Amino acid sequence: MNFGKRPHFFRVLAVLLPFTLFPILDKNAYHVDLMTTVGIYVILAMGLNVVVGFAGLLNLGYAAFFAIGAYTYALLNIHLGCPFWPGLLAAGFVAMFFGFGVGIPAIRVRGDYLAIATLGFGEIVRIAFNNLDRWTGGPNGILGIERPKLWIPSFKNGFHVEVWKFSVNATPYFYLTLFLAAVVAYLLFKLSDSKIGRALVAIREDELAASCMGISTLKIKLYAFGISSFIAGIAGSLFAAKQTIVTPDSFDFVLSVLILAMVVLGGMGNIWGAALGAVVLGILPELLRDFAGYRMLLFGLVMIFMMILRPQGILGGQIIKRELHRRAKEIDNGAP
Amino acid sequence: MELFLQQLLNGLTIGMIYALIALGYTMVYGVIQLINFAHGEIFMTGAYLALTMIGILASLFPSAPFWVVLIALLLFSMAGAALLGALVEQVAYKPLRGSPKLAALITSIGVSFFLQNAVMLIYGSKEQSVPEIIPNIRFHLGPLSFSLIQVVIFVTSFAMMFFLTWFVKNTKAGKAMRASAENPEAARLMGVSVDRIIRVTFILGSALAAVAGSLFGMYYGSVNFHEGYLLGLKAFTAAVFGGIGSIPGAMLGGVLLGVFEGLGAGYISSEWKDVFAFVLLGMVLIFKPSGLFGENLPEKV
Repeated sequence: MNFGKRPHFFRVLAVLLPFTLFPILDKNAYHVDLMTTVGIYVILAMGLNVVVGFAGLLNLGYAAFFAIGAYTYALLNIHLGCPFWPGLLAAGFVAMFFGFGVGIPAIRVRGDYLAIATLGFGEIVRIAFNNLDRWTGGPNGILGIERPKLWIPSFKNGFHVEVWKFSVNATPYFYLTLFLAAVVAYLLFKLSDSKIGRALVAIREDELAASCMGISTLKIKLYAFGISSFIAGIAGSLFAAKQTIVTPDSFDFVLSVLILAMVVLGGMGNIWGAALGAVVLGILPELLRDFAGYRMLLFGLVMIFMMILRPQGILGGQIIKRELHRRAKEIDNGAP
Repeated sequence: MELFLQQLLNGLTIGMIYALIALGYTMVYGVIQLINFAHGEIFMTGAYLALTMIGILASLFPSAPFWVVLIALLLFSMAGAALLGALVEQVAYKPLRGSPKLAALITSIGVSFFLQNAVMLIYGSKEQSVPEIIPNIRFHLGPLSFSLIQVVIFVTSFAMMFFLTWFVKNTKAGKAMRASAENPEAARLMGVSVDRIIRVTFILGSALAAVAGSLFGMYYGSVNFHEGYLLGLKAFTAAVFGGIGSIPGAMLGGVLLGVFEGLGAGYISSEWKDVFAFVLLGMVLIFKPSGLFGENLPEKV
């Protein structure tokens, strides 16, 4: 499809606009709430995709950045009365700050060590939120986080600004999540077309060749890490504002792996792929309610067989497939 | 001083268990450069297999002496875990031979999830207590006090480590293993079946993890299905600390990590006990990624 001068803008609009009809067509409040959670997963999966899909680095502590975002907004709101919108940005930046903090030392080490370093970081963050009772409420978490507010100009009885507050009703959250997902998707499409995006793919394909072409691989990888953490932070503040409560156990290793499974299933390196993976794995547990115990078993199997049978994921292109099975034919026997 | 010695001893005990698990990580990394995430789950499965065997033996031979039960359950759990390890390698990792690390790493996380939840579905999600088969005898040596189970852990772990060192140094398979780790291409040209060696490595590593799992279950008196994750992570830390790929490194790394943790829990805070390992991991990765005994290999091009 040719969308003229602003292809990404219209592409994102074309894909996400139909979803605005969802709360109108399906009045079931539970379904709308579920889809809001799925929307948060979509944002997270798109964010993780920057590191895993674009840069080919494995971040196994992604839930930690999500947690940092959630706690940033929660703490700012509880102690300083910070409203949602500045809290959203603050959450993104604080998460990004920590992303750099982990990334700067970790990115220098070998690729698979990064996975372990981020995993360790994820555990440290969760344990820290759990043990720093004085600030974070320990295992009980933080309660009573303020919901977002909107300022709507009104011309009834002369001009004034009406404050409209979000409530338990999930529908406004659904639209807010959809809006943020659209913004993130749009910016990521722009990113993948930019110099940084191309450099990231070049690094993933062949780091040595990329650095020979004058790409500062360390810097570019760090950008990816920062952007990805920022997105997780935003998703975290959204989550905190929706739940109005944050507890450390919402952000465990299982969540990190779940988001990774979404990216892998949908197709690493593909923005819509990550989103699709999030929708599938987000809704699946609801459809398989009777088999709730088998859910995690299924995630494990998805990851194993996806890597063997279709490493590029549902929507992955041929390039990533070739990369992931690069030397399988050359070496038919034994280790690399 | 008394606290110091006591925590040192407790740390050494758990360090032995870390070392046994770390050996599996380090050997697998040595031959196929894979961080085998599922290794912690093999450890956990080993603990459950031991629990099953204790149940079977208790109903069949209620009057058997404890060391017979101990040897039987260790052998059973080792055999079961070795089989499982070989199966995992065959089904999940072998098809990915030669693909980039990321693919195999993701697969190993998948295997880890699968095993963890399979065990949960089979044995239930509740923590299960391990019947006391080793008599609760305590020995006193000056200010120190230790139990028979600690003696068993030390003796068994040392025996396993000696066996492994002998195996890798002197047997044909052990030499082939070292050759494959050094240079798989050259090893293949020399007539080594690298595939077979990889399988042997998984079998050995899994059997050691099963011993660790059985001992761990008996030491703490309980097993649960998610303990493999944390223990595996700590053992991996130990392997990195000692220098991944190095067998003596894994042994020393495991023991040292156990000691750090024991002293940290005793002197600083037991609440933060689990964080020490990860902080140590971070430090090692930043300052000396090659570990204590590791070779400083540049990334292969």
